[in-house]
Parts: sequence; structure tokens; C-alpha cells
Amino acid sequence: MERMRYLPLTSSDRAEMLSVIGAGSVDDLFVDVPESARLSGPIEGLPNHASELAVERHMTALARKNMVAGDVPFFLGCGAYRHHVPASVDHLIQRGEFLTAYTPYQPEIAQGTLQMLFEFQTQVARLLGTDVANASMYDGSTACWEAIGMARRITKKSKAILSSGLHPHYVSVAKTMAKYTGDTLETGTPVLTAETDIDQMIAAIDADTSCVVVQYPDILGRIADLTPLAEACHAKKALLIAVVTEPVALGAVRSPGEMDADIVVGEGQSLGVGLQFGGPYVGLMGCKDKYIRQMPGRFCGETVDADGKRGFVLTLSTREQHIRREKATSNICTNSGLCALAFSIHMTLLGEAGLRRMAGINHANACRAADRLAKVPGVKLVNDVFFNEFTLDLGREARPVVRTLAERGVLAGVSLGRLYPGEDALANGLVVAVTETVTAEDIETLAKALEEVLA
Amino acid sequence: MSRYFTEDHEWIDVDGDVGTVGISDYAQGALGDIVFVDVPEEGRELSKGDEAAVVESVKAASDVYAPVSGTVVEGNAQLADEPALVNSDPEGEGWFFKITLSDASELDALMDEAAYAAFVAKL
Amino acid sequence: MTINQSGWKPTSPEANEASVPATFTGNRALMLEEKLIFEIGDSETTGVDFAEGDVAGSRLGDLSRKDPIGLPGLSEPETVRHYTRLSRQNYAIDLGLFPLGSCTMKHNPRLNEKMARLPGFSDVHPLAPVDTVQGALEVIHQLAHWLVTLTGMTSVAMSPKAGAHGELCGILAIKAALEKRGEGHRKVILVPESAHGTNPATAAFAGFSVEDIPATADGRVDTDALKARLGPDVAGVMITNPNTCGLFERDLKDISDAVHAAGGYVYCDGANFNAIVGRVRPGDLGVDAMHINLHKTFSTPHGGGGPGSGPVVFSEALTPFAPLPFVEKTGEGFRLVEEENADDHHADSFGRMVAFHGQMGMFTRALTYILSHGADGLRQVAEDAVLNANYVLRSLENTLDAPFAKSGPCMHEAIFSDEGLAEGFSTIDVAKALIDEGFHPMTMYFPLVVHGAMLVEPTETESKAALDQFIGALASVAERAKAGDPSLKTAPHFAPRARLDETLAARKPVLVWKDKAA
Repeated sequence: MERMRYLPLTSSDRAEMLSVIGAGSVDDLFVDVPESARLSGPIEGLPNHASELAVERHMTALARKNMVAGDVPFFLGCGAYRHHVPASVDHLIQRGEFLTAYTPYQPEIAQGTLQMLFEFQTQVARLLGTDVANASMYDGSTACWEAIGMARRITKKSKAILSSGLHPHYVSVAKTMAKYTGDTLETGTPVLTAETDIDQMIAAIDADTSCVVVQYPDILGRIADLTPLAEACHAKKALLIAVVTEPVALGAVRSPGEMDADIVVGEGQSLGVGLQFGGPYVGLMGCKDKYIRQMPGRFCGETVDADGKRGFVLTLSTREQHIRREKATSNICTNSGLCALAFSIHMTLLGEAGLRRMAGINHANACRAADRLAKVPGVKLVNDVFFNEFTLDLGREARPVVRTLAERGVLAGVSLGRLYPGEDALANGLVVAVTETVTAEDIETLAKALEEVLA
Repeated sequence: MSRYFTEDHEWIDVDGDVGTVGISDYAQGALGDIVFVDVPEEGRELSKGDEAAVVESVKAASDVYAPVSGTVVEGNAQLADEPALVNSDPEGEGWFFKITLSDASELDALMDEAAYAAFVAKL
Repeated sequence: MTINQSGWKPTSPEANEASVPATFTGNRALMLEEKLIFEIGDSETTGVDFAEGDVAGSRLGDLSRKDPIGLPGLSEPETVRHYTRLSRQNYAIDLGLFPLGSCTMKHNPRLNEKMARLPGFSDVHPLAPVDTVQGALEVIHQLAHWLVTLTGMTSVAMSPKAGAHGELCGILAIKAALEKRGEGHRKVILVPESAHGTNPATAAFAGFSVEDIPATADGRVDTDALKARLGPDVAGVMITNPNTCGLFERDLKDISDAVHAAGGYVYCDGANFNAIVGRVRPGDLGVDAMHINLHKTFSTPHGGGGPGSGPVVFSEALTPFAPLPFVEKTGEGFRLVEEENADDHHADSFGRMVAFHGQMGMFTRALTYILSHGADGLRQVAEDAVLNANYVLRSLENTLDAPFAKSGPCMHEAIFSDEGLAEGFSTIDVAKALIDEGFHPMTMYFPLVVHGAMLVEPTETESKAALDQFIGALASVAERAKAGDPSLKTAPHFAPRARLDETLAARKPVLVWKDKAA
């Protein structure tokens, strides 16, 4: 082939190297591949290599077919939130020394990643209110499942109670995994009321319960004090697992750790990462000190080097698959390093004051939107205690309304019909998220459009 | 009191019907710096050959097997704070657990100190 | 008790001689020390300005946060400097050759980054109405098509978040297929000794018991031993091909046929697909499921440890059991098959593995990579990767012990051992000395079947000049290790840190920063 931009070897290099190897042709290097398995012809349908310009045209054409959140009034949440990410975040994560590094297995030349992870773990632990946090998981949904498995190992019991306010995708993931691990899950469907299901969960805890999993704020945007739930769990030697899908909330409300949750997991996408149509995201996971040996995933720890200088290493790795193999706490082999870096940089830029201010704006905007939308004829506000996300009862099926509003260039929220297909009692529900990116004009546009569509 | 060894490098000191179990000096040397020891809880029933404890160095986690069958009467709580005892005094202060022997005849299959020294010399 | 067989001992601090004067700052010219954000930031400073405005009014119930969180902030210039300084303490592909065997550290094309950041991909919500995200679904569909085509398989599950997650996906599909057949009693998964640790961890997680299959002296799976173990209790095998010794498992088709005849399934760990892409289709080898690490073969960035992406291709036999969600082409466009619209074709799906649809940001990068390389480029990728590895192997086989050098050509990686190094010297000393030479070390002590293994994967994006320099450096270090040069034991000497005390870190874990003054 002619020279290609990503492949530095020249034809004469190849010939010279083959002669060092003692092979007549590159085919001789594939001699162990049985003849019948060798693909001799071209790859069906795939053109030959293409220029940057040509590929960029192709990809840009695909990108243009999507409605960009930033181009329209945008109110979607339910586990993924649109926040403003400062320009320096993306600049810094694209530094090659971060972007093109590997897992820090050689700590002498990976202190950048390691120190960042140590800072990340501390930021996450403080935000969640836990003693420690790990170096991140794939995302919130898988971290949630891992926490359930962790509770089983700690309590040696296997019945988990999942709140009806837990994100239905998180419930689905847990159900998939439970089929194969022998855990029993008690699950439910949310009810369109202002109250959470904490009292029902407290009543359901018994001596066989390994853990209770509660989302905070929950899928409808409701928040409630978790302290009584934690007490009830601990009285029956069960663990409380709290799930936070919107970490910005913790700039405004008390953390689950403060309310004595044992394990807190979260989706860190809100800070630094962006929407990205669902991934990659970053799972947050923290717990009380006494449970660290049952934590899955990587930990970074502080130590000193041979000269006595402070440094950082991956540690407690005997829990992990590359050492424990079939006895590992999890098969997880990675974290979400670059997303954790983005999260950490965004958090550093915000600081305490910035995060609280940002959370305050989110809440204030959401309050304004709730007041305005509740005035739309036929619309009822389901929950009047919330952070930046609340549920409306539209008085008619919400899903077609969302589609119609999208045709008008308004992304109005997530219909509960999308998340709970077949649940008629939820079909009228619309979950609306309002962050600092939403303007007063956006709210008015949504309200007007909703009035017209519902009229 | 007499001391026996297994081919898996555990030792057991027997005093009456109670045995004290640990890992040999050879084993601690092979593992390197011990960073964590998970000892069995009191009351745990073990059969000979069961995984009774876990000993971890930075890069390896190794199972310690019960050299005899019986009931655990005590785990060495000191190892939680000072796992390094296994390195500094493996056949003394660095013991792992005490166990009541349910079948003393199981000891017959184990090696004495001289036999173990010869066994290790061949490794 | 079991004894550590790998030969890997923790590093231990041995004081380096101070041969250069100390500086006031602790910095050494471009090597800049950087404190933690908790030591330089404070709770009032911020690097983000928000619009003025009233944020009063509260519907937070009685849950308003009262106590401080404890998050330090930095202004933007301080933030940029902090992370820039940290970044310079990292080795990276952008700096030099990164021959980490089994990890495939190849150049990350920057066009891929640019495409992933197009707002049409990066600023799109996963639950947006499907009519508004047709382009995103089309990306997934196009990538899925090429993955199926390149592997010669029937279908692909795109949602797994990483290689190990993909393994889990494949194993759960096997489990679901067995249960559908009423053969849930098949509980044994056979795994070769040389496997990645994730293989047994995954199989155990799914409730299987794991049995090791030995390797032959030439570094491949012992086919006879494997066949002898097949039977009514065996659910399947997990085989890496090319394997972790860098060799092609010649008998894989034969093994697959035997496993199928015995009622089991074949899972292929596709971590090393980059060696054969465009030249061999795993579907032609009888594979039933295989994950593809997009961050390896299709060069999405490793990012200091993730995010990865691990789509899983399936044979016809396992396709009905693939997880939700996935993307289907319809007459008018593309639709997303989720729980709600999973019709009869998907009734046997084993369920959902993640919220949302997988690693979209990695899909755009991988599709960009595939289109950039095209049919001729992808094939050349495999050929150059294999050529580079064989060049390293043959250039060093007389300097370092190469246990499988006589087993024929290697694929994309070459393996050496610590045999022949001076008494008391091991692979780690060679690795740490390579750091001083300006290279990232090779993979150490893996696979476990080779004592003191050194697994070198140069990848196709290295020039001959870069390879020659690496070969020269490794040969030089190897000679020093054979001669017992004591300075190797204290290497690295020129890195931002000397050897770190891993024992201290594990004995007294310090996992979060605590203000020692407080």
C-alpha cells in the first residue's frame, strides 16, 4: 500500500526487518494461522484508507443528524445532566501525558495520574460523606450493582431491598446480575406522589436483608432524610446503600454519609464529563473505613519513595482480579480514569464556594421552572421538595407530548412512559431537570409550548 | 509439646488437644513483606485442608490451609495491627490461629522439624 | 499454603545516594514538585464565575447542607498549572515507546478526539427522543456493522463498558443459552493457565467453577488435555487468541469443534485482536463470543486507566441471548431496542448490563479509526504489529532468554524471561532501568506461565528507528542485569520518584488526604 499517516514503517524498513527475522514475507509470520482461517480477500464493503478530511466529512454528517442539547431549551435528566463544563477541563484532559498514559502500574513514572486519583478519592469521599472512596467505577449503574455484591460479602446475607425510587435502568442491571449470583431483590414501581417510599422500606427490612438501596434525590427528583432508614438497617444488621445520580445536589443538601449510609455510590457524569449520549461516564463509590477490604475497583494510596519523598501507588490490589483471579472482589479491571480526571478538575475549579453557588443556582432555577410550569393548565407538580429535578403530572400521556415538543425544538424532559413502559399509572409523568444552563427564556419557551400542546 | 509441618508450609504446635498454627519461616521468606492477614473467627469448624486464613503480600494473596480438622478457638488479633510479625517471628508471635483437634491421628501424616527442613532443602 | 509463583516481590526502598545538590524548592528544573490541592487551595477560592442572581428560596425540605464539605478550590491559572505540572510526571505514548504487552499502547489519532467532541455526539442526552438522535444511533449501527464484518460473527452487543465487562457479557450469554437448553447443570469453565486474571474472575462471578488447562512447552494450550476434560459438566472454554504468550492458538478451530460436540461454548478473549484484524476472522475459528477492546485494537485512548469499551460479538447460537439495549435499522431510520419494545426475537436476552447504551464517546473514536484505516490500512495494522514484535524477538533472543523463540513466529508481542540474569536480579530491575533509558517498561511477571515474564508489545505505530533504540536499550540493560550491576537495584535514578514503598502503602493504607495539622 501507499504510505499511510498512522503507519511509520516504509517498504524498505519492512524488507530489512524481514531479513533480520529470517522470514521471506510477512505471510510467513502468520504461518500458525490455519489456511482455512486466513482472510485473503478484502474486508467486505470497507473502502480503503481515507484522508482526515474525508472521514471528518462522514462523521460530521452523522453528527448533524442529532439535536444538540445546547441548541435548544433542554430539560432532560434522569441519570444524566447537562452542566456547564469550564473550557480548561477539556484542555487539561487532552494533555497527552494524561490522555495517552496507561494504568499507573509503574508508579515512578505515573505520579501525575496517581496524585490526581488520590485527590479524586478525597474529593469524592468528602462529597459523598464517606470515610474513603475508590478510584472510580465504570458508571453509576454498575457501581450500584457492585455495592449490592459488596453488602452480600460483608453481611453474608443476600436479600437486597431496592427502593422504587431507584433509576429503573439501575434496577435492570441489578436484576440481570442477581440472576447469576443468587441474590434476591425486592423491587417496586414508583407512585406519583410527593412522598418517597422510605417508610415502606423500613417496614420491609428483616433479619435476612443484606442491604437497602435508596436513590437520593430519587428518580422523580424527591429527597428525604435517610437517617431513619440507616437506623432501621443497622438495627437488623443490614447496610444502607445510597445512590446519587446528580452529585451537584450534594452542594446543596446533606450527604448520604452524614446520614450514616454505609456505602454511597454515584454517577459522576454531571461534573466535567458531559452527556455523550450515555457514556463514557464515571462511577463514584465510597464507604466506611471498616469495609475497604470488600470494595471492588482500584485504590490509590500515599506512601514514600526510597529517598523519603511523598509519592502515591495503587494499593490493596490483592482484592483485585489480576491477583485473586477467581476469588477477586470483582472482575473489574479498569476504572474510568480520564472521566475521573475531568470530574476532579471541574471540582477543583469549583471548590467549595463554586459548587455551593452552582447548586444554589440549579435549585433556584428549578424552583422558578416548577412555579411556572405548575401554572400551565392541566399540569400538576407532583413533588414540591426537590433539588434540580421534579416530576409533573401532565394529566395525559407524557410521551407523545415529549415527542411533539421535540418536533418544535424543545427537549422538555424524560417521560416516565419511556422509563416504565407498560406502567399506566406513570404514563402521565414528566421528569424535568433544570440546571444552571437553563435560562428564564428557556423556561418560558417550554411553558408556552406545553400550554399549546396540552390545550 | 511437639511441632509438625505440612508440605504447604504451615506449622502446628500441639499442646494437649489444642494446636497453634502459623506459616513457616521459609514461607514468609518466599512471600516477602506481609501486609495483611485474615485469620479465622472463633468457633469456625475446619476440616483438614480447608482454606483457613489468607496472608497477603503486596503482589500476592495466599491461602493458608488447616493442617488438621477441628474448631478454631482463637485467631491472632495482633496480626490485624502488626502483620509484619509474620515476617519477624513467623514461628512464634506471628502465629495465625489456635484450633482444637478433632482427630489427633491426622498429625501422623505431617512432617517433623527435621523432615520439613529436608523437604524445604529440596525445593 | 500457596506460594507466590510469579517471582514478583514488592519494591523496597533502598536509599539512593544524593549526588546532586538540593534545591530550595525541591524542584529540579523542568521536574516540578506539586503539592496536593488540599494544601494549596481553600474553600473560598473558585475558578468558575456564575451569573449574579438571587439563589434564595428553598424547597429542600429540612435537608439543606449545614456543615462544610471540605472541598478546596483554585483559580483557573492555578488549576491549569496544577494539572499541567502533574501531567509532566506521567509517561505516555505521546512521549515514547510504551511496549506494555497485552495492553496495546499504540498512537491515539487526534482526529478521533476531534470527532468525539462534535456537539452532535458529545452534547446529546441518552434519553432524548429517538427521532432527535438518529445520527448517534447510526454511528452505533455503523460501528456494529464493521465489528461484525471484521470478526465474521452474527451480531454484537455494544453496551459493555470495558474488556472485563465484555467478558461478563459473553459468559452470561453462555449461561443463558445453557439454561434455555435445560443444561444449567454445566458448571465448569475451562481456562488456560496463561489467561488474563479477568477470565477466572468473570467465570466465578457468573457462578461457574474454573478449572485450569495446562500449557504445552511451546506456550500454547494443551489441546489433548483440554479435550480430555470435556464432558457433560463443562459449560465452555475461555481462550485468548492470539494468546498471552504472543502465540497464535493453531488448534482453536479443532478445539472449538470439540467443545461444540461436547455441548459447550467457546469464549475468545479478544484482547489481542489487533494482531489479526483484517487477516483472521474469529468467526471462522468456531468462536461463539468475543469481546473487542476498542481501546486496544481501535486505539481509543487509555486515559491513565480507562474508560475502556468492550463490545461483544456473538455467533448465531448465542445471538438470541445478547443483552439489551441495541440499535436496529428500520425502514425509515434507526430504533433503539430496549426492554419496552423487545419483541419475540429478543425474549431470550439475558437483560441489561448498564444504564444507557454503552461508551458512545468510544464508538465515535473507533468508527473514525476504522474509516481512516480502511480495509487496506487495518490489514496493514495487523501485519506491522506482528512484524515489529518479531523484529524485537529476533533482535533480542540471543541477549535475553526467549522461552518460546523456537515455537515459530510470535504474533503482536514477544515474551522473554528472567532466566540468566545474575543471582538476585529479576525482571523488575530490568524494568526500572528501562525507565531511566526513557521507555515505559514492558509488562512484568505476566503471563504466570513464564517465570519473571517480560512481555513486549511494540505495536504498529512505532518506526524502525524507535524500535532499534528500544532494542539497544533493552539489550544494554539486560547485559547489566546479567553482570549483576548493583545500580540496577536502585533504578530508576532519573524519574520523578525513586522506587516507592508499596509495603508501607498496603500495611497502613492512606486513601484520602487528612489535614495532619488539624
